Amino acid sequence: MLRILLIGALSIGIAGTAYWGYREHQQKNAILIHAENNYQRAFHDLTYQIDLLHDQIGTTLAMNSRQSLSPALAEVWRLASEAHATVGQLPLSLLPFNKTEEFLSNIGSFSYRAAIRDLDKQPLNAEEYKTLQQLYKKSADIQQELRNVQHLVLENNLRWMDVELALATNNRPNDNTIIDGFKTVEKNVQSYNETDFGPSFTSIEKRTKGFEHISGKKITKEEAKQIAKMFLGLKGNEDIQVVHSGEGASDAFYSVTIKHPKTKSETYMDITEKGGYPIWVIENRPVNKQNISLNEATMRGLQFLKQHKFNNFELYESTQYDHVAVLTFVTAKDGVRIYPESIKMKIALDDGNIIGFSARDYLSAKRERKIPKPSISIEQARKKMNPNVTIMEERKAIIMNNMNQEVLCYEFLGTLGDDTYRIFINAQNGMEEKVEKLQNPEPIYGEI
Amino acid sequence: MRKWFICLFLIFSFSYTSQVHAFSKQVIQRGAVGDDVIELQARLQYLGFYRGKIDGVFGWRTYWALRKFQYKFKLPVDGLAGETTKQKLVRASKYYKSFVYNNLRKGNTFTHYGGVPLSKQVKARKTKKQATAAKAINTRANSKQMAVKRVKSAAVNVPNGFSQNDIQLMANAVHGEARGEPYIGQVAVAAVILNRINSPSFPNTVAGVIFEPGAFTAVADGQIWLTPNETSRKAVLDALNGWDPSSGALYYFNPHTATNGWIWSRPQIKRIGKHIFCK
Repeated sequence: MLRILLIGALSIGIAGTAYWGYREHQQKNAILIHAENNYQRAFHDLTYQIDLLHDQIGTTLAMNSRQSLSPALAEVWRLASEAHATVGQLPLSLLPFNKTEEFLSNIGSFSYRAAIRDLDKQPLNAEEYKTLQQLYKKSADIQQELRNVQHLVLENNLRWMDVELALATNNRPNDNTIIDGFKTVEKNVQSYNETDFGPSFTSIEKRTKGFEHISGKKITKEEAKQIAKMFLGLKGNEDIQVVHSGEGASDAFYSVTIKHPKTKSETYMDITEKGGYPIWVIENRPVNKQNISLNEATMRGLQFLKQHKFNNFELYESTQYDHVAVLTFVTAKDGVRIYPESIKMKIALDDGNIIGFSARDYLSAKRERKIPKPSISIEQARKKMNPNVTIMEERKAIIMNNMNQEVLCYEFLGTLGDDTYRIFINAQNGMEEKVEKLQNPEPIYGEI
Repeated sequence: MRKWFICLFLIFSFSYTSQVHAFSKQVIQRGAVGDDVIELQARLQYLGFYRGKIDGVFGWRTYWALRKFQYKFKLPVDGLAGETTKQKLVRASKYYKSFVYNNLRKGNTFTHYGGVPLSKQVKARKTKKQATAAKAINTRANSKQMAVKRVKSAAVNVPNGFSQNDIQLMANAVHGEARGEPYIGQVAVAAVILNRINSPSFPNTVAGVIFEPGAFTAVADGQIWLTPNETSRKAVLDALNGWDPSSGALYYFNPHTATNGWIWSRPQIKRIGKHIFCK
């Protein structure tokens, strides 16, 4: 009797486990299919978008009038950015696929710049036309290759999940069609670099910020230590370690780590090898109360800059996060603010000490510059503004414009409705170089 | 329930008294947060210069209101609330501190204009939480403990172009990826996310970069959904404010666990903690 009961209970148990296992399996499959479908959609979308992109570039080649060319170029821009976003949804980040993404993004910015320009006054020149033709050819290659991969995927029922697995575990089978296909695409694009976008484009491209303009002799590890001691006002009993940067750094630098024996807190600092300039400093320590005001912190920041021979700085932005002040200073020369030359500082509001410093922007932009004479007066510039904006403050400033060139501008701070705007009018030609809506404090959501 | 509320507000509006003493000694400057800013906004609103929300953050609207006040009262117009400005302001206006703080605490929509009964300037927030909050306040009122406790501001400063939610999402990613790392390593991971957003080879949004399939292991294995600590949030803020310890790196990897051979071919910039950062 007992045995029968036991057997019964066990078999119910086994059946239950089997059913549970089956359900688990089913659920896992459902999720896998769901993920797979997402990848499939992104992939097929991408091929379709590249198709459209190719066709659209083709159409712009045949166009002549501004009325049709501008919208067509805008369409190229839209398609390129859509394709760029789609690539980001595919599990390719471990595959060298950057060139293709870069290519798409470059097509986007090229067509955008051409689309917003007044093509009646400044039609596409021969070079840009050639660029378009080349883009047309390149996109044809990509399209071909992707179509080919797509065909194989559909025919052999290839799954993206396998690609992901292969990429993650690194034992990729040599005949993974998808990976090979995308590698071919990448190789294809690689032969086509930035310079093919024409000479005007390279200057437009965001350059990685290097410190080309700084001067001075190369310093040693020991000198770096001394500079850190001076700059941070150390007592001398700290544990200091210095490491040289790797060969991938665009400008060689020393990384200094300072351990304070008493407080156990750490300060980190990078110093350029050439000239020994401090690039940035961060001290990590808790700041739990406020004893000094933001205003006093600003004064201390300015004083610190003066002490360390950073001259002609004035406050540009000040913000308080909990008990820490984050300040941005810019240089001013003859009443002209030079925005690219900025230094950021973090000051603890408990004892007023500097706990952060960043001169990266300053070091990459600093140089002797002659400030040009403006060709238009401030009254003329004022007339270029939107009449609905109430002007509250005005001054002259040098900024980097969209083309990554330094331009002299009249800067206006104005309000429209409840918002504040910073508007830059070019002091040479009266163009509206930049309009920024300034950030308002953000309300805290969902809290009583 | 409703009646109860109205009663409560009536009691409050009678019990509020304007305060004479005011402001701490600090010079208040744009970007500041805290009690002095709440008072500054309330007083400016009392005089009709400030029409925005009283939220305790010295933003642009408060700045222009202050300048307008300085101009009207023939003070030097510098947008700083210094000694003379504060004195003039205190003399010219009233400040119902407990009224303001009570409403801030409850998350009500309210204003603080002069010449309008306070009870008419509140629109209660209707949430479930409020019932409990009101109860708590009720007991407090009963026990006559009307002392004003420190109240959290209703808004915060955020780096230009980013919201608190972006910061939260990045803090999640940083915590999941680098919580065992030194602080600077966490800032560097946050900086890599930002460098990717600016790079043409990567998506252009915070979410796009973080959730790119295969880009971050913490996203792939779900560690991103661990609750981030305060350190990772601080690290993200530092990165957003412009600190980049990675020196422009786009990739990083842990040499002990990296399975992908390709990553070793990238030019390396520096090593922080367990991570090697590269171009």
